[in-house]
Amino acid sequence: MRDAFIEELTDIAAEDPNLILITGDLGFGVFDDFSKNFPNQFLNVGVAEQNMTMVAAGMAMEGKKVFTYSIGNFPTLRCLEQIRNDICYHDLNVTIVSIGGGFSYGQLGMSHHATEDLSIMRALPNLLVTAPSSILEVKRLTQELYESSCPSYLRLDKSHAKGPKKASSIQLGKALKIREGKDLTIISCGGILHEAIKAADLLEKEGFDLRILSMHTIKPLDHYSIDEAVKETGGIITLEENNILGGLGSAVAEYCLTSNQIPNFFHRIGIKDEYSSVVGDQNFLRDYYKLGSFEIVRAIKSLLQK
Amino acid sequence: MFKNIDTSELAKRIRLHAINMTMLGGSSHVGSVLSMADILAVLYGKILKINPKDSNWKDRDKFILSKGHAGAGVYAVLAELGFFPVDLLKNHYKNGSIFSGHVSHRGVPGVELSTGSLGHGLGVACGLAYASKLDRKEKKVYVLLSDGECDEGSNWEAILFSSHHKLKNLVAIVDYNKIQSLASVEETLNLEPFVEKWEAFGWKVIDIDGHNHQEIEKALMVNSEKPKCIICNTIKGKGVSFMENNVLWHYRSPKGEEYERAVKELNNA
Repeated sequence: MRDAFIEELTDIAAEDPNLILITGDLGFGVFDDFSKNFPNQFLNVGVAEQNMTMVAAGMAMEGKKVFTYSIGNFPTLRCLEQIRNDICYHDLNVTIVSIGGGFSYGQLGMSHHATEDLSIMRALPNLLVTAPSSILEVKRLTQELYESSCPSYLRLDKSHAKGPKKASSIQLGKALKIREGKDLTIISCGGILHEAIKAADLLEKEGFDLRILSMHTIKPLDHYSIDEAVKETGGIITLEENNILGGLGSAVAEYCLTSNQIPNFFHRIGIKDEYSSVVGDQNFLRDYYKLGSFEIVRAIKSLLQK
Repeated sequence: MFKNIDTSELAKRIRLHAINMTMLGGSSHVGSVLSMADILAVLYGKILKINPKDSNWKDRDKFILSKGHAGAGVYAVLAELGFFPVDLLKNHYKNGSIFSGHVSHRGVPGVELSTGSLGHGLGVACGLAYASKLDRKEKKVYVLLSDGECDEGSNWEAILFSSHHKLKNLVAIVDYNKIQSLASVEETLNLEPFVEKWEAFGWKVIDIDGHNHQEIEKALMVNSEKPKCIICNTIKGKGVSFMENNVLWHYRSPKGEEYERAVKELNNA
């Protein structure tokens, strides 16, 4: 995902000298071409995320279109108040990019696991919140967030799921149908959507026909696709590599209950309000914390066979 | 820049507005406004290239009040200079008003940045100054900090950044009245040697009397290849004898006799 983001951003930078990329001293080797080709559009502020975010706000006030970049929680939680007060309240054209969504940096430990960012960023007014699942979604959303001129958050992941063949089907604020189905809908975001596809493949052999939506834009949430899923498939399971409180599952649940689009059954899969302390790579930790395809299959069977 | 402005008169009017506004709304921080009134008067009256008829003029200088709790002072000076009618100041701190206790830009022409949480202004000023430098624009960025605010680590990130990038279009002004929220700066978290700290971080530092208009103007006019910090030695509550150097007036709003006495003292000054 990271390489796709940089590729897309480099293309945009070539067209728009007001595009600025700021890093908080992370991305070894990743920005070599960008910084060589566009030295005036690249800035490494050092290990200083609060200042990175404030500088981004100031530059956006002067008409720049700024992307801030770091890993895990550094560009989000470390400087949360700067995002809230300086970027969001002033409605500035800044996109905050974090590489390392969920357990991407598995073995590095809890400090590097971005597992509450979706919940927390979602709570900030004016902020668009995105977590693409596939490479093509990363590219398309990078472009769309740049064009949107709104404060926004782009959560990138080390893993990715198989996505669509054409970028034209990807639209900010619109869920992407990855797979048609009529028995139940899995709504997911981020690379973990891959686990949903694996689960759907396994269950297909047992006669279950599952729909999968990539809800790459968590805010604003695509209500229409949820309505459709409730009407046409009856049940919803949400899947996210994030705390179960406040993230994608919460957003879908809030919408369903307040709009009276009540599914026949509803289940959320996410991290169960705990910190990770076990060492492991992303796949290991997904299984350990019961977010993997096995857990999805188990949950769906239990729901559909009730 | 404004012509023929009597900065002493402007400072007096900022102070009188501050007394009125804090009395009417029952708000805090009158001491913090009185402390910086002279700085605001010289900055707005003599230095800033701004236009009240076009508050979004793209080539304007930028002023950020990082010590947002003294927002009443900025509303007052903007009203005095014609950014909006003076009469609106009576709405400060009132239900339904746009003039919040900590300065907010929404709906208020001339306010560049909403602040209130300390340690935000200088970093945003760095971004403004860096962008102007990239665009080879002449405009300058001024940011006014409180002394207590310098406890915030985010400022020191921005202080490092400014000198590293040689932001000579950036001016930080510290209202060094030596009293913070609960007690003196010295007792709370000592900043001394303050001048030497800024110098060690690569800034041009000018240490002045923050109530002497000539000194303020002269310091603001000094050219430097480095970012410039003007340490303004001030008196919290300046201009009202019973508020001067008294931490109580960080929070208390003047009422009844206190109000009458404060207005009388300022008018007779």
